[in-house]
Amino acid sequence: MADPGAGGVKLEIDALCQAYGGRRALEDVHLRVEPAEIVGLIGPNGSGKSTLIKTLSGVLPNYRGSIRLDGRDLRSLHRREAARILAVVPQEISFNFPFTALEVVLMGRHSHLGAFAFESNHDRAVAEEALERCGAHHLASRAVQELSSGERQRIVFARAMAQEPRLLLLDEPVSFLDARHQVELYDIVRELVEERAASVLTVLHDLNLAAEYCDRIYLLRQGRIDTSGTTEEVFTYENLTRVFETDFYVTTNDLTGKLLVTPLSGRARDELRRQRRPTPRDTNGR
Amino acid sequence: MPRPGAPLTLRHLLGCLLSLAGVLVLCLVLAASLGAGKISLIQLLRWGDALGEVDAAILFQVRLPRVLLAAVLGGSLTTAGIVFQALLRNPLADPYVLGVSGGASIGGVLALLLGLGSANSQLGVAAFAFLGALLALFLIEWVATVDGHLTVYTILLTGAIFNAFSGAFIYFIQSVASLEQLHAIVFYLMGSVPSFGYATIAGFGAASLLAILVLWSMARDYNALSAGEEDAIQLGVDVERLKRRTFLLGALLTGLSVAVAGLIGFVGLVVPHLLRLVLGPDHRLLLPAGCLGGAAFLVVADLVARTLIAPNEIPVGVVTALVGGPFFLYLMRSKKGRGGLV
Repeated sequence: MADPGAGGVKLEIDALCQAYGGRRALEDVHLRVEPAEIVGLIGPNGSGKSTLIKTLSGVLPNYRGSIRLDGRDLRSLHRREAARILAVVPQEISFNFPFTALEVVLMGRHSHLGAFAFESNHDRAVAEEALERCGAHHLASRAVQELSSGERQRIVFARAMAQEPRLLLLDEPVSFLDARHQVELYDIVRELVEERAASVLTVLHDLNLAAEYCDRIYLLRQGRIDTSGTTEEVFTYENLTRVFETDFYVTTNDLTGKLLVTPLSGRARDELRRQRRPTPRDTNGR
Repeated sequence: MPRPGAPLTLRHLLGCLLSLAGVLVLCLVLAASLGAGKISLIQLLRWGDALGEVDAAILFQVRLPRVLLAAVLGGSLTTAGIVFQALLRNPLADPYVLGVSGGASIGGVLALLLGLGSANSQLGVAAFAFLGALLALFLIEWVATVDGHLTVYTILLTGAIFNAFSGAFIYFIQSVASLEQLHAIVFYLMGSVPSFGYATIAGFGAASLLAILVLWSMARDYNALSAGEEDAIQLGVDVERLKRRTFLLGALLTGLSVAVAGLIGFVGLVVPHLLRLVLGPDHRLLLPAGCLGGAAFLVVADLVARTLIAPNEIPVGVVTALVGGPFFLYLMRSKKGRGGLV
C-alpha cells in the first residue's frame, strides 16, 4: 500500500538537548535508526524516552542539537511534511467524539490532503488495507469510543499505517494490552519493516518484548544514552542493574535463543543474601 | 439524512446541506409570513401583486430584516459553539465560555447606561458592545497565553473568571441605573433580535460568513483534534495556528452576536449536539450543517418569541433557554446521546 519506492528513512540525532517542564530531560543524545531496522528505546521512568518521541513528533519543537531525516533537518519540515514521513502510536489515546474506526484510520490521510478535500478512492483503499492488516476490518463502522483498549489500539496502529510513514515511532504502544495483543501488534510492525523497509523507533517497558523484536537498543538513563548496541550487547546484568537500579536475572530463552530478562523481587534478593550466595550474574556467560 | 456507517463523501455532504438549506428557507418563509399583521403564506409567495402597501412595508421593512438577522445570529452562534467544543475537547463548551461575551455585555450595558442607545436605536449599543468584546478578546488572549502557547486550561479558566467578573460588573451597573434604564438593560441581557436595516445586516452577515468559511476550511483539523493536541500535531496539524485562528474567529462571531442581540443561550450548545447525533461528528459536514441548522433554529425561536404572547414579546434568549435546557438534558440522558456527550 505504501509507495514501494519510499522505504524507510535514515534518522540521525546528534547532540540533542531538550528541556521539559523546567528541567533538562535530554542531554547530548546521539542516536541512529536505519531503514528496515527496529530500534528499542529502553530506560526507567523519567529517563527521557517519551520526551525523545515527543521531540521527534513535533510536540516539543524547542530543542537544541540536530535531528535529520535522510539528511533533511526536522526544523525545515512543515508539520504536514513531517507527518508524511513519520507516524506515532502513543500508549493510549481517547477520542471525545464518536468517530467510527474507519473515520479514525482515514485521519491518517490528513497530511496527504489539502483543505476542504475529501478522501479519494486511493485514500479509502489505503485505510481499508491498513485495517485489514491490523485484523480490525470488522470494526470499521464501530464507534472508537465503544471499543476495548486492545481494539482501539489496533485502530490507532492502522491509522499510523494509513499515514504511510517511513519512520514509525512507538511510545509504549502495548503497555495496556494483554500478551496476545502485544505480540500481534509487534508482529505487524515486524511485517511492515520486512515488506517496506520502514524504520522503527520504539519505547518499550517490557524488556523481553524488546529482546524479541528489536535489532538494536539504546539504554537511556537520566536523559543521557547510557549504553547502545545490539540487544545481546546491551541487555547484560551489569547494564540493566545499573540503569534500572534493581536486580535482574538474565538468561536465554531455550526456545528462541533470545535473551530472557526478569527483575528480582525484594524477597528473592533477601533470600539470596540470607543464603550468602552472591547476587546472580548472568548465566549465559557474559 | 441518517448517518451512514461509511465515512463522509462529497455527495452525502451536498445532499445534507441542500436538505438543511431547504428547511432553512421554509423556516424563513414561515417566520416572515407570521406575526402581528397577518400576511398569508400565499400572498407572500405571490409577492407584490397581492400585497398592499402597508403589508409590503411590514413584510420588507420590519419582518424580513429581523428574520434574516435571526438567521445570521443563529448560524454564527452555532458555528462558534461547534469550533469551541472541538478546540476545547469539551462537549459542554458554548460560544460564551471564552468570556468574550462578558466583555460584549459590559460594553452594551454601559452604552445603555450612558444613553448611547435605546430600544429604538440599538446600533450604538451594538457598536459599544462589540468594542467591549474586542477589548475582552485581547485581554483574555494576553492572560491565557503562557510561554507563547494558548492552552485549553488557561482559556477555560480565564473565560470563566472573566464571565464572573463581568457578571458582577453588570450587577453594579444595574444597581446605579434608573428604573427605565434597568428595564432596557435586563431586556438586552436576556437576548432579543433587534430591527436593523438591510445594510447593517448585510455587513454583519458578510463578516460572519467569511469567518465561518475560514473555520470550515479547517474542518479536518478539528476532526484530527478529537484525540488531543499531541495526537493532532503528529497527524500533521499546526495546532498552535489552529488554536489562535479558532479563538480569534470564534470570539469575533460570538462578540458580534452578543453585541447585536445580547446573550442568546443554548443555540450554540443544543444545535451542535443534535446535529452530531444525526449527521455524525465529521466537522466538514457538521460546520456548514450547524450554520444552516442554527439559523433555522433561531428563526423559529424568534418567531415564537414575538408571536406567543403578542402583542408583547418574550426575549428570544428566554425561549431558547426554556426549550434548549430540557432538550439538552434529554439528549444527555438518552442512550444514543451518551456517545457524543459524556
